[in-house]
Amino acid sequence: MKLPWKKLPEQIRRLAVVSLFLVVLPFIVRSILVPSDFGKYGHYRASAVDEIIAMEIKYAGHQVCYDCHDEEVESKQAGVHKNVSCEICHGPAAAHSEDDEIELIAPRDRDSCPLCHEYLSSRPTGFPQIVSDSHEPMKACISCHDPHNPKSEKSTECEACHTEIANTKSLSKHVNIACKECHETPDAHKTQPRMFLPGKPVNREFCGRCHAETAPSDKDIPRIEMETHEEAYVCWQCHYPHLPEAE
Amino acid sequence: MKKNLPNKSQNVNRRKFIKNLVLAVTAFSVPAVLTAKEQLKRMQSWILGKDYNPFDHYWGMGIDINKCIGCGRCADACKQENDVPSEPFFFRTWVERYRIFHDGEVRVDSPNGAVDGFKKQNIEKGKVTIRSFFVPKICNHCDNPPCVQVCPVGATFITPDGVVLVDSDYCIGCRYCIQACPYGARYIDPIKKTAEKCTFCYHRVVQGLVPACVEVCPTQARVFGEVKKKASPLVRFMRMNKIGVLKPALNTEPKVYYANLDMEVN
Repeated sequence: MKLPWKKLPEQIRRLAVVSLFLVVLPFIVRSILVPSDFGKYGHYRASAVDEIIAMEIKYAGHQVCYDCHDEEVESKQAGVHKNVSCEICHGPAAAHSEDDEIELIAPRDRDSCPLCHEYLSSRPTGFPQIVSDSHEPMKACISCHDPHNPKSEKSTECEACHTEIANTKSLSKHVNIACKECHETPDAHKTQPRMFLPGKPVNREFCGRCHAETAPSDKDIPRIEMETHEEAYVCWQCHYPHLPEAE
Repeated sequence: MKKNLPNKSQNVNRRKFIKNLVLAVTAFSVPAVLTAKEQLKRMQSWILGKDYNPFDHYWGMGIDINKCIGCGRCADACKQENDVPSEPFFFRTWVERYRIFHDGEVRVDSPNGAVDGFKKQNIEKGKVTIRSFFVPKICNHCDNPPCVQVCPVGATFITPDGVVLVDSDYCIGCRYCIQACPYGARYIDPIKKTAEKCTFCYHRVVQGLVPACVEVCPTQARVFGEVKKKASPLVRFMRMNKIGVLKPALNTEPKVYYANLDMEVN
């Protein structure tokens, strides 16, 4: 008996073999080129995720430091640096936490603290900043400030509550003008702040005591002509008295 | 005889046809449903690392611009944690300084991505700054990522927990994704010649740690957490602040949420 395959004309049989090859070939090529786990969870190689998570961790996280360095952690927790993670200043510590032969850096020069604390007008208002050129030149920061628990003089005066304004004013030309110079404050304001409110300047002439052309103040102080300078406004509608340089 | 076929038998044929159709569709879809179920079961038991199931999480980041002091520790920590080349054009996260002037000019700079912090920069006499602030930038891990759409080989993808990753073994370095990313968050690795980007420090996240940039932020300007769980620092952040995202008009649906975002930032 003749096979049905043999019944087909020769040219059809050849064509069939070629077509079969063309249909199967892409599947063979695909199975070689596409990794076996491609598409297991989506249109990607599933083991790529395993390769990425196999990376070495270098920053151990602040919890790890707490296991050994009780003293430093305790002093840090008490101060304004309590949320400043150890590894910001001391560098990645994962290797050190495994093997304490590997030492971490401890910046003691004047270069590190200004990364955060040098005055930049773009920094948020109230963030403690210094101008390092004029702030105790040549002296290392840590000779006065404990980096784990830095302190500026604790005050019971205005800045104890009005810190943000005090920090802003400390950067301004008005730094040496006492708060009470402009804000007449009853003593009772300290105990009942809302009952006894401090005063505020009410008119242009107040600023004019220093800034008017005829004022008997230091000659370096910027002057304006009170009669013609934006006479429709009071000064603090345009100038911020706690940081008059910021326009 | 043939031309006298009664209407009745025609009706039976139609009924039979519909019946067979329904049967056929059911028969074909049963294996599909079964395999889909099987697939879902397999996926939901996907465990990474110790006991991290990517289906249980959905990550995002919050950035408060009012808290950023521009120290650039995040950019530095990112480079160290992820072995990013130190040359000043490869960054997975960086900080930009925006300065907006009275005449409407906006200047943006990011010297070395803020790895060395910012220096005071004098401006020309007569130019008046009205606002200035720092904006940390990072891959937005979009819900609808254009970079994943354009990848011709499936080398970049979004994981079930919402992190956009690159398979650098599979990447062919064609740079389509770099073109497609509207946030400039990708670069070509100079050694491997493949695309690289922020992974949300995926290797840390699966171990229960936060990304390196969040770990070292001294003012907590960066917050990392679950987008969809109630008890999450990120959800609290989004509840407490006025939130914006970068380039919302592109419908990329970023998962990096900015608080106190200025209109000029893009």
